[in-house]
Amino acid sequence: MAGIVFWGGFNTALELTNTEPFCTSCHEMRDNVYVELQSTIHFSNRSGVRAKCPDCHVPHAWTDKIARKMQASKEVWGKLFGTISTREKFEARRLELAQHEWARLKANDSLECRNCHGFDYMDFTRQSPRAAEQHGTLLASGERTCIDCHKGISHRLPALPTPAPRAALSATARTQR
Amino acid sequence: MSGRRTARCVAGVALAAFVACAWAAQPAQPALADPLRGPTPILDEPHPPPLQNQENKDVRRVRSHPMQPPTIPHKIDGYQLDRDVNRCLFCHARARIEETRAIPLSVTHYMDRDGNVRGDVSPRRYFCTQCHVPQDEVKPLVENRFEDFETASRRAPAPAGKR
Repeated sequence: MAGIVFWGGFNTALELTNTEPFCTSCHEMRDNVYVELQSTIHFSNRSGVRAKCPDCHVPHAWTDKIARKMQASKEVWGKLFGTISTREKFEARRLELAQHEWARLKANDSLECRNCHGFDYMDFTRQSPRAAEQHGTLLASGERTCIDCHKGISHRLPALPTPAPRAALSATARTQR
Repeated sequence: MSGRRTARCVAGVALAAFVACAWAAQPAQPALADPLRGPTPILDEPHPPPLQNQENKDVRRVRSHPMQPPTIPHKIDGYQLDRDVNRCLFCHARARIEETRAIPLSVTHYMDRDGNVRGDVSPRRYFCTQCHVPQDEVKPLVENRFEDFETASRRAPAPAGKR
């Protein structure tokens, strides 16, 4: 009985932390990254289907989710000590934070992208010639994954040297075309 | 002397009378129509036309004249172009074109205002969309009879002897 109550409570609390109102209850998220999301196609588009924070930043499978949530406990630490409590601090760390997410998505083969964007269901004839070519070769062969090219699609990019040298991007990637 | 003056006076009066009649006979003047604004009265707000889809064919358009900045034949929705990041250069920078097969920036973009070629894109050429813009497939709002030099010179050869 106690087990059921504990388990139910734990899972409910877990799900609560997996909602957008929870994510944006901190000003660090609400005033920086959430604002940036709002002008992108993942927030506002013709059909009204939108991605919420956990759709991209938290794995959907339970074990992966727990692992990610344990990693995210570091963010509680950051919140307590004000690691990115001002806009300036956030901007100073933008590159580092972005690289964490790029590395995570690179390592899991862009799992969170693929939760919605299935390669098998892409109609190349509906894509622009450039997109069809890239998806038909590099993505199909597994040489690249979504995040290699599609960076900065939901939040602003950190300052990178231009022209983005291969070295700066290759840890992370090839750029969007 | 006086006959001529009288005649001129009569002519003037007749002309004034004619103009007055013509003015009175004319229906109310149509409002000045601005081709861009349409027939909407100046105090009303016109309903904006729906947004068009940007051209996304990746086929380069012909330039109207040699110095015209080429148009962008693909969508640039959401491309970040600010002090920190230039999304266009991710593909169009000279260092990236082997991989991306994009058109590289011309050498003029590396020149400062004194004509010295620099190692990086000149700050005055950094913001691409100042000159290069995507196109929409729409009917032009105003007529444009521009002809480039080649067409114009072929169509109307200069009359002989007149230079």
